[in-house]
Amino acid sequence: MDALTLSRLQFAATAAFHFIFVPLTLGLSILTAYMETLYVRTNDELYLKMTKFWGKLFLINFALGVVTGITMEFQFGMNWAEYSKYVGDIFGAPLAIEATVAFFMESTFIGLWIFGWNKVSKKVHALSIWLVAIATNLSALWILLANGWMQKPVGYILRNNRAEMVDFMALVTNPYGWLKFSHTLLSGYVIAAFFVMGISAYHLLKKNKTDFFKRSFKMGATFALFTSILLFIVGDFHAAEVAKSQPTKFAAMESLWETQKAVPYNLLVIPDPANERNAVEAIGIPKLLSFLAFHDGNAEIKGLKEFPKGDRPPVMITFLSFRGMAALGILFMLLSLISYVVSKMDRLESNRILLRIMLYSIPLPYIAGQLGWLVAEVGRQPWIVYGVLRTSDAVSKAITPSQVWVSLIGFTLFYGLLGIIDIYLLTKYSKKGPDDDLSSIIKMSREV
Amino acid sequence: MEFQIIWFVLWGTLWAVYFMLDGFDFGVGILHSFLAKNDAEKRVIINTVGPVWDGNEVWLITAGGATFAAFPTTYALMFSYLYSALLIILFALIFRGVAFEFRGKVDSDSWKKGWDIAIFLGSFVPALLFGVAFGNIFQGLPMDAEGYHGTLFTLLNPYGLLTGILFVLLFVVHGALWLSVKTNGGISTRASMIANKTWYALLIVAVLFLIYTAFATNLYANYLQSILWFVVPVIAVLALLGIKLFASKGQHLKAFYSSCLTIVMVTFTGVIGLYPNLIPSSIDPKYSLTIFNSSSSIYTLKIMTVVALLFVPVVIAYQIWVYRIFRHKLTVDGVMKDEEAY
Repeated sequence: MDALTLSRLQFAATAAFHFIFVPLTLGLSILTAYMETLYVRTNDELYLKMTKFWGKLFLINFALGVVTGITMEFQFGMNWAEYSKYVGDIFGAPLAIEATVAFFMESTFIGLWIFGWNKVSKKVHALSIWLVAIATNLSALWILLANGWMQKPVGYILRNNRAEMVDFMALVTNPYGWLKFSHTLLSGYVIAAFFVMGISAYHLLKKNKTDFFKRSFKMGATFALFTSILLFIVGDFHAAEVAKSQPTKFAAMESLWETQKAVPYNLLVIPDPANERNAVEAIGIPKLLSFLAFHDGNAEIKGLKEFPKGDRPPVMITFLSFRGMAALGILFMLLSLISYVVSKMDRLESNRILLRIMLYSIPLPYIAGQLGWLVAEVGRQPWIVYGVLRTSDAVSKAITPSQVWVSLIGFTLFYGLLGIIDIYLLTKYSKKGPDDDLSSIIKMSREV
Repeated sequence: MEFQIIWFVLWGTLWAVYFMLDGFDFGVGILHSFLAKNDAEKRVIINTVGPVWDGNEVWLITAGGATFAAFPTTYALMFSYLYSALLIILFALIFRGVAFEFRGKVDSDSWKKGWDIAIFLGSFVPALLFGVAFGNIFQGLPMDAEGYHGTLFTLLNPYGLLTGILFVLLFVVHGALWLSVKTNGGISTRASMIANKTWYALLIVAVLFLIYTAFATNLYANYLQSILWFVVPVIAVLALLGIKLFASKGQHLKAFYSSCLTIVMVTFTGVIGLYPNLIPSSIDPKYSLTIFNSSSSIYTLKIMTVVALLFVPVVIAYQIWVYRIFRHKLTVDGVMKDEEAY
């Protein structure tokens, strides 16, 4: 394999690994902050126990999200030097802003939160986790504005053999970036909500600390209900933006070969990319795809054949990932609704089947998130910056295949090891359940 | 033109602050196994940097991000030319970060020993390699229009290695002084002793470095053109002597501030010598990456200047605030009682 293929594999692997930890951080930071706020307001010790228990899991997960993020920043230069040279003028800015406004805040206040239990007042302590939560979400905003620019380049001109920024506000207000941000953020919230529900379900099945885990489950279910519905709605707008800005990606997502008007949505499709057609197209709902794409049932959608073969993304991966993600999205709304109703009626303990389903559903939102990134990044191919720069022109000239082999194998082994350790620790602390003895913290924080 | 200079100064400052802050984390990480007599003491040592190391490391990420935004060509070429060296630094930093977080999470001696090794390697290796990298940048890289004509081993030349050793010794002294300030009793006494003894080695290497620099690099050319700049290396040397002066009197906090000043001034000494280069070419100056031929457009630099002016002071303010909250000394009793500690 050449340095290009290896670098693509490495970027995909390290980004996918990074994105196992980041989305849980996005959602769990908010839930933990909310729990601590409830504790500060009500002085109910159960909320303090919840803060400590879910906060501990948050921290184990957070550590890996942070350290694997450095890899992402380094790789733009290490493996994608031609890309960095070509677009650094406009792409570097959001990354530098991310570090300045978000990473500092997140990393400084996480230290205060972990070590500050007895050193600052309760309110300041709760404030510090809110600052962490805001910072992680802000960091997502800037990196997704950067990614949004790769999907829909705006605010630049080609000059001096590169893309130079001419309109910073266009970058900051890029609708593609904001949709990507909202969609990604909400997917992180759903991941966190299902994580909290799943682990709570485990303990409820064991009839362990039921009061604690019923309350946790209910909080997770409420959060899940809101966020999974919003996620789906934003996803719909996001797909419409893709139809407008990235016609090749949209056609691949739907495996649409011919340009048509008033396109139906076929529930069953089996693509046959080799022959540029679909082997099976069945159970069509008239005009639905046109409606989803342009919010107009009669709209024309461009098919893949409209574009030269060299400009089309891999259809099979894009199509399957999108269908899988969307199906999971519908499932999340259903499960959230059932979970919400059952926990509202206080019938959780008697619904052991639901509890079991929710326990085994923990990985599902993660899978949906990974599939979403496959749609976003594979669907953008062969471009690294849509319509502006091809991925094949972006790779570093100075690196050799053997160098990237070594780093790819190194990352695989190293990340594999870290992943195993992290899952081991998460499982260990999840199973252990909350600590009963919080006397030292409560006593000492009163002295402040 | 002036915006490139602003960003050159900011670039140097980001590195200087990064080395000043993460420098003592590195020193603490290198020393922790050797200084501690038992696990409780190890925990005390690790917990002295517990609340702050993560925030310190962000200065590196920001230095990287600033290089990307302000000097994208330098960012692209430096990171791809130094691919293997950066990969090792990256792995080491990841290792250190998770080691701090995970070490105390399982109650087993072999688990902790494993992470102790990770903390040592994750501190020693980046300290050495950052020195090697900057030593090579000071000398210039063998690069021309065709690219880079070197490997990982090209970097391990005598001057690069000497700079690496200089960095390690600077950070060991820095970390030992931090520990003598932040702890009491046995740990503090031992740390102070190590700082005092290592200082002699540091002095010797620093003198060798200053002399060797005249032969291996072009750094002094700028100083000869405008003698006034010599004030920076002179402050560096005075601060280095100050470390010993204060440390031998047991004034650890003042000694620590002196080593902060030493690290900042050593970094600036190199940066001033580099100007206007970011990475000189050792083949021919016409291939050097300068702040002018590798910078972003003026528009981008202006935007980034506004961002930096708005946010960097805020960052400095809250970091100082958090440092003040954790200004107390750590004791074995306190750490053992604190469930949240590392």
